[in-house]
Amino acid sequence: MSTTPTHLAPQFDDAEQQQLAATLGMWAFLATEVLFFGGMFAGYGVYRAWYPPTWADASRHLDLLLGTVNTAVLLTSSLTVALAVHAAQTGSRKGVVRNLSLTILFGAAFLGVKAYEYWHKWHEHHVPGATFEWHEASPSGPAELFFSFYFVMTGFHALHMVIGLGILAWLIVQARRDRFDAEYYTPVEMTGLYWHFVDIVWVFLFPLLYLIDRT
Amino acid sequence: MDSTFQLFPESASQIADRVDALYLFLVAVALFFTFLICVLILYFGVKYRRGSLAERGNPPRSNLLELAWAVVPFLLSMVMFVWGADVFYDIKTPPADALQIDVVGKQWMWKVHHPGGQSEINQLHVPLGRPVRLRMVSEDVIHSFYIPAFRVKQDVLPGYYTQMWFQPDRAGTYHLFCAEYCGTEHAQMIGSVIVLEQDAFADWLSGETGDPPEVAGARLFERHRCGSCHKAQGGSGPSLAGVFGRRVPLKSGESIVADEQYLRSSILNPQQHIVAGFQPLMPSYQGQLNESDVLKIIAYMKTLEGNASASGEDTGDGNDQPPETEN
Amino acid sequence: MSNRNYLNANYNVWSWFFTTDHKRVAILYLISITVFFLVGGAAAVLFRLELMTPEGDLVLPETYNRLFTLHGIVMIFFFLIPAVPAVFGNFLLPMMIGARDLAFPKLNLASWYLYSLSGLFGVWVILTGGVDTGWTFYTPYSTTYGNTSVLSAAIAAFIAGFSSILTALNFLVTTHTMRAPGMTWFRLPLFVWAHYAMSLVVLLGTPVLAIAIALVGIERAFHVGIFDPKLGGDPLLFQHLFWFYSHPAVYIMVLPAMGVISELITCFARKKIFGYTFIAFSSLAIAVLGFLVWGHHMFVSGQSMYAGFVFSFLSMLVAVPSAVKVFNWTATLYKGSVIWNTPMLYALGFIGLFTMGGLTGLFLATLGVDVHVHDTYFVVAHFHYIMVGGSLMAYLGALHFWWPKMTGRLYPEGWGRISAILIFFGFNLTFFPQFVLGYLGMPRRYHVYPEEWQILNVMSSAGASILGVGYLLPLGYLVWSLRYGRRSGKNPWRASGLEWEAESPPITHNFHKTPIVTGDVYDYDPTEPVELETEKHPEKVTVQ
Ligand code: HEA
Ligand code: HEA
Ligand code: HEC
Ligand code: CUA
Ligand SMILES: [Cu+2]
Repeated sequence: MSTTPTHLAPQFDDAEQQQLAATLGMWAFLATEVLFFGGMFAGYGVYRAWYPPTWADASRHLDLLLGTVNTAVLLTSSLTVALAVHAAQTGSRKGVVRNLSLTILFGAAFLGVKAYEYWHKWHEHHVPGATFEWHEASPSGPAELFFSFYFVMTGFHALHMVIGLGILAWLIVQARRDRFDAEYYTPVEMTGLYWHFVDIVWVFLFPLLYLIDRT
Repeated sequence: MDSTFQLFPESASQIADRVDALYLFLVAVALFFTFLICVLILYFGVKYRRGSLAERGNPPRSNLLELAWAVVPFLLSMVMFVWGADVFYDIKTPPADALQIDVVGKQWMWKVHHPGGQSEINQLHVPLGRPVRLRMVSEDVIHSFYIPAFRVKQDVLPGYYTQMWFQPDRAGTYHLFCAEYCGTEHAQMIGSVIVLEQDAFADWLSGETGDPPEVAGARLFERHRCGSCHKAQGGSGPSLAGVFGRRVPLKSGESIVADEQYLRSSILNPQQHIVAGFQPLMPSYQGQLNESDVLKIIAYMKTLEGNASASGEDTGDGNDQPPETEN
Repeated sequence: MSNRNYLNANYNVWSWFFTTDHKRVAILYLISITVFFLVGGAAAVLFRLELMTPEGDLVLPETYNRLFTLHGIVMIFFFLIPAVPAVFGNFLLPMMIGARDLAFPKLNLASWYLYSLSGLFGVWVILTGGVDTGWTFYTPYSTTYGNTSVLSAAIAAFIAGFSSILTALNFLVTTHTMRAPGMTWFRLPLFVWAHYAMSLVVLLGTPVLAIAIALVGIERAFHVGIFDPKLGGDPLLFQHLFWFYSHPAVYIMVLPAMGVISELITCFARKKIFGYTFIAFSSLAIAVLGFLVWGHHMFVSGQSMYAGFVFSFLSMLVAVPSAVKVFNWTATLYKGSVIWNTPMLYALGFIGLFTMGGLTGLFLATLGVDVHVHDTYFVVAHFHYIMVGGSLMAYLGALHFWWPKMTGRLYPEGWGRISAILIFFGFNLTFFPQFVLGYLGMPRRYHVYPEEWQILNVMSSAGASILGVGYLLPLGYLVWSLRYGRRSGKNPWRASGLEWEAESPPITHNFHKTPIVTGDVYDYDPTEPVELETEKHPEKVTVQ
């Protein structure tokens, strides 16, 4: 240990080891996340196989346009976060701050649209529970199940986004304090991975929830 | 000190001895390995205790040995698996001529309905030497119907019919337990199973009153005015003649065989499957009819003759999920 | 050399509550899980008292149900799952591989805070009247019918899950990236292999429990009906999700314990462990196969008969790697130089009792027999044999073995042996009668039962009181030894392993300089005479 850089934690021998540990840790964490959502997908799979027509019916009550817009917004945010990581690699502080801010913007837009969709569902009495109403030909029980899964899955996804936004904001503060340079930008990179993961989850949620009828 | 003290349960059904034989095999294997390990540990531990004169050293590793002690347990466990699966298959497969009795579990009692209309609570009278098949459903949470002397047990679910069968081969009174935790009085959801000689059973049946379920079912059918929609022709609902066992085309385009599970959900959850060519007009009878009533109405509907051939047996694995599609 | 170590490096309270030293986090865990063990044990004492008589006259049925639920949840989530990994894994894993700390010390501390937070929820549950669903939370009882604090209990279990995920994440990454120079994979102590396998199970299993429990909580809080048959939901779906985690969880509870046993056996047989690679890989095999057998808890639940066949078959397979371990441990004694001291007594006890617990697991995996014994005391006896006879014994063995390293003090050997023997006998008296009861047909979670089973139940309760004394003894003499115990040198057992090269107690970053590993693991020679530090002053050893 000759000249230890300030960002090197005492338990590590060198920056390379630290970087490796962070990356592996993040991937391992994402693996647990996959199983977390996997549990919901399993439940979804069971009921969708049991009630295909009803679920298709219920799915038609989601707003395809808003869903598509949101998908586009989120994919764009994946791009900006990738650009942020790239900026960090090249040591451009301004680039990092700008792209992270854009990512926050897109993330917030996504959540805004989502909130509007939720509000709309509430209005239509499509929120499961005591107020649920269903006026289609298809049975209401399985339809309520569909909306339960819709809210649980998109809800957990949105929760992940909120946490992501928090981390992004914190990163911006750090970046402004010049904590990152071309040598050390692990937090930006890790957050990028996380953000991509959250996007990928949406890429599965979108067709599974919005496009049942069209698959 | 106590004459009722026992170490082995009494056995009173056709399957009990086979379960016991398998169990004793397992006990033998377990004893063998437990003794083997314990004896070896003690023997090595004493012989090679520090300071003893035994010869010591680090023997090289032996792949052959490792293989041997992986393969032997594997083979033994395959014997267990095959034997266990064989017994299980028989526990799960009732013969066609079994006497069918309905059981409804609810917090915290068992209701039993005999085909002749006799009902009992927390008691089950069965005839000696005849296969008996129980069709079971719960009004609320999961329960489990357990008769230790018969070595059989089956969970009783809300919303789905499960089944279980046995053939008593010794007269007597046996414990009946609820084995799945179901709330405060779980431990009191108990009763007895009374196995009677055939004539004694016949006497018992005739001593009990009650209408046969199809008669009671007809009355319920009447009282709930099912007939106002379900007419032979031209009602707002489909004709129910010969409905049991027939293949029903559904509005969604699929079709489904009208087994007991289907009939039950047609009454309690009519929205689940809509018959092709009809509107979803039928009200749900959830809350108005309990599971016992539904079983009676089903019994009644089974008697409605029609031109369809009723095949009569349900699917059999004990749990009929409600598939909307055919597979 | 100064005598600064991790314990006296700093005395102020905050230095403990904000510590990132893996060793201090381990001590925090040690204290917390001991508290929870006493809580869970106290519940067991109460319901064992109740079961002395068939009538159920001591406590109300509501109370009884809360007691066993409390006992199960506390013992599993707050005691046994963290026991070996969070105390000994935390303390030892970095030292065994020659690292200064875990890869993410702050996460490690966070995991203890999460654990404590969930513990607070647990206490909240108790204060608000408890929960009565059983530790298995079966729906629809838990979602719609039970009217106790299910929601808080679900939150507690959910958070506890995240705490173990953080620990596992740390272990996995640390093992991969922070091994000292020369510490190759096949020089790792088997303790580390076991923890590595456990970490995989935690990382892949726990999130599924988290979501299952979250769904129960959501269903309860918002009255939606994901598992509700009235909406066409499937009450069995919950069981599938629950056991998908909770079966692997049993290996979370036993793999680290097996790791401990491997260490103890080779040290006190003074011999290289027999079949190192087989033991290492059997841990991984258990971890992988463990994910495929969850349906063996549901043979009579109404799942299809064919699913039963598959799960039974796979459960048989999982027995093979366990068998390999047991035989290798036994073979390690052969031609060794066996020292019968306290940790070894626990280790040998573990082998015997785990074998019985495992073999009775095979009874349960055998379809035809499980139909009869499912949800009876046979199952209760099976898992106590493995979890109490096995894992808890290993935990106590580890506590004695590494106590000098953690505290710098030796425990009184004579007392140690007395309590080990007491626990062994008390244990068998408590739980062996339960096998008999189970085959006789006594259902579990019953506070009243037919009279003819009283004798066996009284035996069991008597055993439990012996067991209770057996557990309180170490609590007493270990605390005593903190002050009055003899000081221990670096390596009181003449054991191999990097942790023994550090001071007792170790300094804050473990080693004065990063060790370099050149030799093989478990470099013991049975022909070489040894003297342990506990034996150096025979006049002070009380009992032999
Ligand atoms: C640490 C905990 C732990 C461990 C390691 C195990 C290990 C095993 N368990 Fe156990 N089990 C539990 C904890 C554990 N279990 C708990 C808590 C429950 C109840 C949950 C509840 O309902 O509340 C339960 C319930 C349970 C059931 C469900 C019973 C029921 O509810 O009906 C089954 C069924 O298959 C089962 C099987 C097994 C098997 C096959 C193993 C195997 O891994 C065992 C392998 C080990 C050996 C086989 C011994 C060593 C081998 C030899 C010495 C060689 C000889 C071998 C042969 C001849 C094959 N267990
Ligand atoms: C690690 C796990 C673990 C451990 C260590 C134990 C330990 C013990 N268990 Fe437990 N048990 C479970 C896990 C565990 N159990 C689980 C998961 C269940 C299933 C729950 C369910 O059905 O949902 C269960 C269920 C269970 C039952 C079945 C209850 C029923 O179905 O009705 C019984 C019955 O005898 C029992 C007994 C015991 C006993 C006597 C001990 C003894 O080993 C305990 C000994 C400890 C002591 C005696 C404590 C000593 C301390 C004191 C006496 C101090 C007193 C108090 C204070 C200072 C505050 N347990
Ligand atoms: C208000 C009219 C109405 C009443 C009253 C009514 N039903 Fe129905 N029933 C229908 C209609 C319409 C259908 C077809 C649409 C559907 O499947 O829901 C139907 C379908 C059924 C089916 C499925 C028939 C098939 O061919 O598969 C059964 C079984 C049934 N009803 C039983 C009953 C019973 C038993 C009662 C009384 C307890 C009852 N119904 C009362 C209108 C009614
Ligand atoms: Cu009904 Cu337990
Ligand atoms: Cu299991």
